[in-house]
Amino acid sequence: MLKNRIIPCLDVKNGRVVKGINFVELKDAGDPVEQAKIYSDGGADEICFLDITASNENRETIIDIVRKTAKECFVPLTVGGGVRSIQNITDLLLAGADKVSINTAAVKDVSFIKEASKKFGSQCIVVAIDAKKVSDNKWEVFTHGGRNKTGIDAIEFAKQVEANGAGEILLTSMDRDGTKSGYDIDLLREITKSTNIPVIASGGVGTLDHLYDGIVKGGASAVLAASIFHYGEYEIKEAKEYLNSKNVSVRL
Amino acid sequence: MNVTIVDYQSGNISSVINSFTEVAKGNVNLEVTSDIKKIKSSDKIVLPGQGSFKSCVDSLNSINELVDTLKEFAIIYKKPLLGICVGLQMFADVGFEEAETKGLGWISGKVSKIDNQNGKFKLPHIGWNEIEIQKESKIFKDIRNKSHMYFVHSYEFIPEDKSVISATTDYSSQIVCSVEKDNLFGTQFHPEKSDKIGLKIIDNFIKL
Repeated sequence: MLKNRIIPCLDVKNGRVVKGINFVELKDAGDPVEQAKIYSDGGADEICFLDITASNENRETIIDIVRKTAKECFVPLTVGGGVRSIQNITDLLLAGADKVSINTAAVKDVSFIKEASKKFGSQCIVVAIDAKKVSDNKWEVFTHGGRNKTGIDAIEFAKQVEANGAGEILLTSMDRDGTKSGYDIDLLREITKSTNIPVIASGGVGTLDHLYDGIVKGGASAVLAASIFHYGEYEIKEAKEYLNSKNVSVRL
Repeated sequence: MNVTIVDYQSGNISSVINSFTEVAKGNVNLEVTSDIKKIKSSDKIVLPGQGSFKSCVDSLNSINELVDTLKEFAIIYKKPLLGICVGLQMFADVGFEEAETKGLGWISGKVSKIDNQNGKFKLPHIGWNEIEIQKESKIFKDIRNKSHMYFVHSYEFIPEDKSVISATTDYSSQIVCSVEKDNLFGTQFHPEKSDKIGLKIIDNFIKL
């Protein structure tokens, strides 16, 4: 039976982890490679890096981090943030990423997904959708970390990215992100119902019950969280044991 | 010992290289190449594969003498070869991804899309699933039944001769996820992405 995945996400800015794990044994709390290794050793099913570096000139920094991490972590590695061209994808994959997550570039031109999935295979193309609720059962796609409104309906866009060859959808609720009040389950349910590719839930996790809700109520194939793991509130293992105790199948 | 990972421009093989490098730890001479001479002088070959069946077969065929050299290595000299993901699928006679495409024909069978029971199962089959060991396989030494492996695929290999199947996994039906036929080994899952247990499979192959 296919297991539900738990994916810790590391926000990286100029080569440093922004929200770091407060583990005392860490030599360098801001080192993304070391943190990825801790997650991987702790049973993370995948590792996700989100590069929030503002400038384009620093692409080499994230590539270097990916290169080093991939030599030590033997679970899938997804990298997102600033992926805008085929060349960006090539560079990340060559450095050792297994998947790339595309956001703004996919919204700007959905055919970019088609081009990328044709070239590299759907298995490595994740489309990140940032959605905000605009009215009852209606969500809109936003870009640039929730700043830019696009006018695109999130459910329609999800169907479109699937049709264009995306392998997975990373769905973030901009309303919930950072609030610790749980995933937007209605949004999640609408998207998982409307598509046939795996959906990764993101944005809003504050408790282990939120992970449970994302999978059981929202229908997500994987749940992504940042701060509950970063600040050492929960370990990956704890999260998995909790889900297992509630009959959600996970890799233990 | 010389282990060659065949680099035929079929997508991302960085993880395969990293994991083999980790396991080989300098004890094995690891080459990543499509050089015919080097392949011929290898002791073991790894055939990765990402993307579609058709694109992988086309890439193999685009390199002069490569298919014949691999066939000579695996079928005539019967030296160990491990196919991973589409690398395994290409052992089949035919694949149906993108378009009907002739495979290597080393193990009779076909590669078809997983029956997702009208959308009941999401495709691709992505994530960690348990393998159910069907027969002893040399690459499963010290691997427990129901170990978790990482999968990412939408197509499955259906061999004619079921005795080649060394493991299956449950996703909508029992999907063939590992085969062993004489010196030919193949995994549908990605040992290179399957944590320590996956590295153990790679170690078993290297130590054959």
